[in-house]
Amino acid sequence: MSLLASRIAAAKAEGRAALIAYLPVGYPDVERSIEAMVAAVEAGADVVEIGVPYSDPGMDGPVIQEAVDVAVRAGVGMRDVLRAVEAVAAAGAVAVVMSYWNPVERYGVERFAADLAAAGGAGAITPDLIPDEAGEWIAASDRAGLDRVFLVAPSSTEARLRSTTAACRGFVYAASTMGVTGTRATVGDAAETLVGRTRAAAPDLAVCVGLGVSDGDQAAEVAAFADGVIVGSAYVRELLEGRGPDGVRALTADLAEGVRRAAVTA
Amino acid sequence: MTTTSPPQPGELGLLARPGWPDATGHFGVFGGRFVPEALIAALDELTEAYEAMRVDPAFLEEFARLQRDYTGRPSPVTEVPKFAEHCGGARVLLKREDLNHTGSHKINNVLGQALLTRRIGKTRVIAETGAGQHGVATATAAALMGLSCTVYMGEEDTRRQALNVARMRLLGAEVIPVTTGSRTLKDAINEAFRDWVTNVETTNYVFGTVAGPHPFPAMVRDFQRVIGDEARAQVLEREGRLPDAVLACVGGGSNAIGIFTAFVPDEGVRLVGLEAAGDGVETGRHAATITGGSPGVLHGARSYLLQDDNGQTIESHSISAGLDYPGVGPEHSYLHDIGRAEYRPVTDAAAMEAFALLCRTEGIIPAIESAHALAGAMELGRELGPDALLLVNLSGRGDKDVETASAWFGLGDREEVDPGPGLDTDQQATEGAISNDEAVAGPDAGETA
Repeated sequence: MSLLASRIAAAKAEGRAALIAYLPVGYPDVERSIEAMVAAVEAGADVVEIGVPYSDPGMDGPVIQEAVDVAVRAGVGMRDVLRAVEAVAAAGAVAVVMSYWNPVERYGVERFAADLAAAGGAGAITPDLIPDEAGEWIAASDRAGLDRVFLVAPSSTEARLRSTTAACRGFVYAASTMGVTGTRATVGDAAETLVGRTRAAAPDLAVCVGLGVSDGDQAAEVAAFADGVIVGSAYVRELLEGRGPDGVRALTADLAEGVRRAAVTA
Repeated sequence: MTTTSPPQPGELGLLARPGWPDATGHFGVFGGRFVPEALIAALDELTEAYEAMRVDPAFLEEFARLQRDYTGRPSPVTEVPKFAEHCGGARVLLKREDLNHTGSHKINNVLGQALLTRRIGKTRVIAETGAGQHGVATATAAALMGLSCTVYMGEEDTRRQALNVARMRLLGAEVIPVTTGSRTLKDAINEAFRDWVTNVETTNYVFGTVAGPHPFPAMVRDFQRVIGDEARAQVLEREGRLPDAVLACVGGGSNAIGIFTAFVPDEGVRLVGLEAAGDGVETGRHAATITGGSPGVLHGARSYLLQDDNGQTIESHSISAGLDYPGVGPEHSYLHDIGRAEYRPVTDAAAMEAFALLCRTEGIIPAIESAHALAGAMELGRELGPDALLLVNLSGRGDKDVETASAWFGLGDREEVDPGPGLDTDQQATEGAISNDEAVAGPDAGETA
């Protein structure tokens, strides 16, 4: 069983959803970004989604862009990302890389898969790579025994839900709304509908929900119907506003309580 | 000027295609779709609607009518003998896309995409723009067809091209300055994609060039190929032969694909794309994507791009805002790799020399973008010699560039303008209106005026 799937299953066995924390490598710098990731793990994140900085993050909103721009300008690259992977794995969480496709392609798909596996990473989330274009990555991740997480969206047809989930291993990332990353007042019904449709297409695959979750209440809401809750912009905001690892710990504690609260009410 | 009659619906080049891309938008290893899943449904919808529309006689008739009555097609072909004296004696013909309504080839594409928007029942269009020409064209088509229009433009470009910002607003469009990243065209494209993924229910993205995810490269090519379809017939009619070479500037590459496509099967015709080399490819400050870049993924497609070792997009540099783009359409990458087209760099200085020369010798102020193609003709003409026949796509007119050119040549706003030796009215044009180094010294020359 994949690292991601077993960690999510373990959370499920506790009667709760998994908490997945996104943080980009290199903001405010490489060392402090890794410290923040480790803080999230210590405070209860099950999985850390380790963001590879990219100059043209088309799926991200202004909060993540602002942080990632700093990392791009500082020249943060895949070697730094692999260090973060090692640190997160050593801290006891599952490390999954989130990367737009060009940095992976530039590094070399085969080399990326081999180095990520060697660093103890579980796999990668690829927001602008659809399975239709992923032949090389599917082959490389199979050889390296890595998970691969593709995205589904409210606009995905039933046929695409089936083909995309069939190409996933670990979990499938359900983008809760039509839009970019960022905190929102409400996550909305679209997420629950999408999770239901995705489960129908792939009953055995974990479905984790991202886009718009920023606090424990929203985490509880999503945890009531999803296998995992992905939080990104709210984490990055802690760092942008200078609260550092303490802010990350406090946010994680709130979210970790949220994903457990759902179990009580469910 | 020309005796070519407008294309008849049944003969429209839209119905003809080269053997690429494949059904999923690949030109060899290039092209495809590298976008978030959320956009796939919209891209599928566009593809399906476009494939139905391009063979629909009612659409073809309306498109042909708009091209004729609104754009003013066919655009003429003009021979420029005095300019050609600087091209090694080769003969030079210009395809006059500068004479189109809105001043460039961009209108060819937006009319097609605006009709498609109406056909799929969407009421709002968005567009990215660099120099502002595609934004102006989109705002124009939106006004004509009653669509609401939002244009994303890098904050840096809104300053460089303030006139076009005003034009778009006069036409009723909302112009949003983009302040993320490098604040230029590439960031405007990112922002337009973010808008599209958020508002896709009501909104169609009118993409301005032959880049982006499938179906944009193929669709924009189909809408632009009228340039080459007309020009090929016009040259054959007046010369009884095909040109030896067809030249066009390449940023994203839509005007180049537009004029190349009809000639792709004519193996004896060289296809030459001129990329913006800025300060020179060797300086790193350029926008010559194929000459100085490498294959990768940007803005939804695999193609050549300017990138660093980490796969980050490198900011491009060119005096021409319309060529100042670190990517290029995937079909150009393909034509390059199969050896059907060649791509050459043209520096800011060489482009501005050609710009001034065409103004002075022929009374035509070209867009600085198109001046790169003219500079390519000067170089290629000298290589090929006096018997050569060159067809150059004059993709746009230079009204928008007057300020940039004034600064470059030191024509400032002083009361008594000294145009400098290169633009001295007493000098023979054949001396090379701009052969003097001082006249092409670079932007600094403008600041000292």
